[in-house]
Amino acid sequence: MTSTPMPAPTPGTPVAPAGQAPADSGLQAGNLIQPGTRTGETMIAIDNVSKWYGEFQVLTNCTTSVAKGEVVVVCGPSGSGKSTLIKTVNALEPFQKGQITVAGTKVLDKSTNLPKLRSRVGMVFQHFELFPHLSITDNLTIAQRKVLGRGAEDARKRGLDLLARVGLSAHAHKFPGQLSGGQQQRVAIARALAMNPVVMLFDEPTSALDPEMVGEVLDVMVELAKEGMTMMVVTHEMGFARKVADRVIFMDRGEIVEDAHKDDFFGKPRSERAQTFLSKILQH
Amino acid sequence: MNYNWNWGIFFEPSPEGTGTYADMLLSGLLWTIVTALCSWVMAFTIGSLIGVMRTLPSKTANAIGTAYVELFRNIPLLVQMFLWYFVLPEVLPQSWGTWLKQLPNAPFYTGVVCLGFFTASRVAEQVRAGIQALPRGQRMAGTAMGFTVAQTYRYVLLPNAYRIILPPLTSEFLNNLKNTSVALTIGLLELTARARSMQEFSFQVFEAFTAATILYVLINLVVITAASFIERSVAVPGQR
Repeated sequence: MTSTPMPAPTPGTPVAPAGQAPADSGLQAGNLIQPGTRTGETMIAIDNVSKWYGEFQVLTNCTTSVAKGEVVVVCGPSGSGKSTLIKTVNALEPFQKGQITVAGTKVLDKSTNLPKLRSRVGMVFQHFELFPHLSITDNLTIAQRKVLGRGAEDARKRGLDLLARVGLSAHAHKFPGQLSGGQQQRVAIARALAMNPVVMLFDEPTSALDPEMVGEVLDVMVELAKEGMTMMVVTHEMGFARKVADRVIFMDRGEIVEDAHKDDFFGKPRSERAQTFLSKILQH
Repeated sequence: MNYNWNWGIFFEPSPEGTGTYADMLLSGLLWTIVTALCSWVMAFTIGSLIGVMRTLPSKTANAIGTAYVELFRNIPLLVQMFLWYFVLPEVLPQSWGTWLKQLPNAPFYTGVVCLGFFTASRVAEQVRAGIQALPRGQRMAGTAMGFTVAQTYRYVLLPNAYRIILPPLTSEFLNNLKNTSVALTIGLLELTARARSMQEFSFQVFEAFTAATILYVLINLVVITAASFIERSVAVPGQR
């Protein structure tokens, strides 16, 4: 995947340069996400992170980084800490040691405005977590209005544009309970994108789906990756990893065992644990 | 049984001087309704607050919430009524106590406050149960969108929790309405008190309490109808 550098407003720049339309207006140009420009700029830096639940250590000295525009897949056996690790990035899970920096903002810092940081980090959950009492439109607009302070009309327009992008325009007036799992997850992705995130986190986005719905969600994610969105994805979908990932991180027992380019990882994982894991999930 | 039935008693003038026995019962009904509504507003507000506190990560908030609930639901309502009405004015500084005792309509205010605090402890438990019944991911999703804790409760958790607990809250409202009768012990002239005085004046005990029973049932039917209307109007399409 290649992306040409373009003179786009830097994601996360609070105020657009004078004379230039605000970052939101990428929307009119048919460009619904912040274009990534593979400049090597680090978007997420995870530095020596450790986390304990009481006596039990769930993360041990995890260090890695995600560059702007990069797609990193995190895999590993269940209980390996991959979901926990991805949730530390927007401080949904607190951690006791180390530091994480997202787009220049330190997560573990008393002066950091966490809600503000989180509003710039899109997150997609295993069980979708749409707000069941709100219509699809309201799901797409409520955080834009209440967190970013956008006007109702602006928020609605952006929400509906993104809904069209995930192919669900016809369902705008419905409620989450009236959609299939795959549709709900696509709405959840649109809801996260509506906030103009600088990075997207996916926590097993297809694990709760019926097999026939996995494809439609992965398609949206592939598109997103092609457009240059910075993504960190916890998933067991190795086909997706092969197709769009730049790097694969393999975790086991709270440690990052392997952090490699995808070709190296799928070609010949260095560690025995990763080899065993791969042989198990690629068996069928 | 040697009993002199007289269903016409309701239209006879009451010994109070103005109006009939029926008017007397209806005025009691009115006090019952007003007391129930006022105490419910209090119970719902305090109960929601305490219930939310018990679901916050803060240990202090939790401790305060737990202490409140255990204090107010573990003392019999009748005892609480006496504590507020007879004991509180004595343990307060003298001038405050005197002010309380001289308050016009003191049984009403005391009854409302007592019922409000008591029912709040029960509402709090239901609000807590409603919030805890939601998937853990809902709070996470709200937080991840950038909502503050308050916004997460306001826009995500509470709208869903209240929908879940609407049926038990209706029961709680009915309980609160019937519990107003306990306030007769501190002199509130609500429906049961009025039925009792009617019986004492007229000796028509069956008629008086039949009327009171019917009035309680009727008013509860109104509440139940209203509640099921509310349930239907806030129901989320596609759920359950």
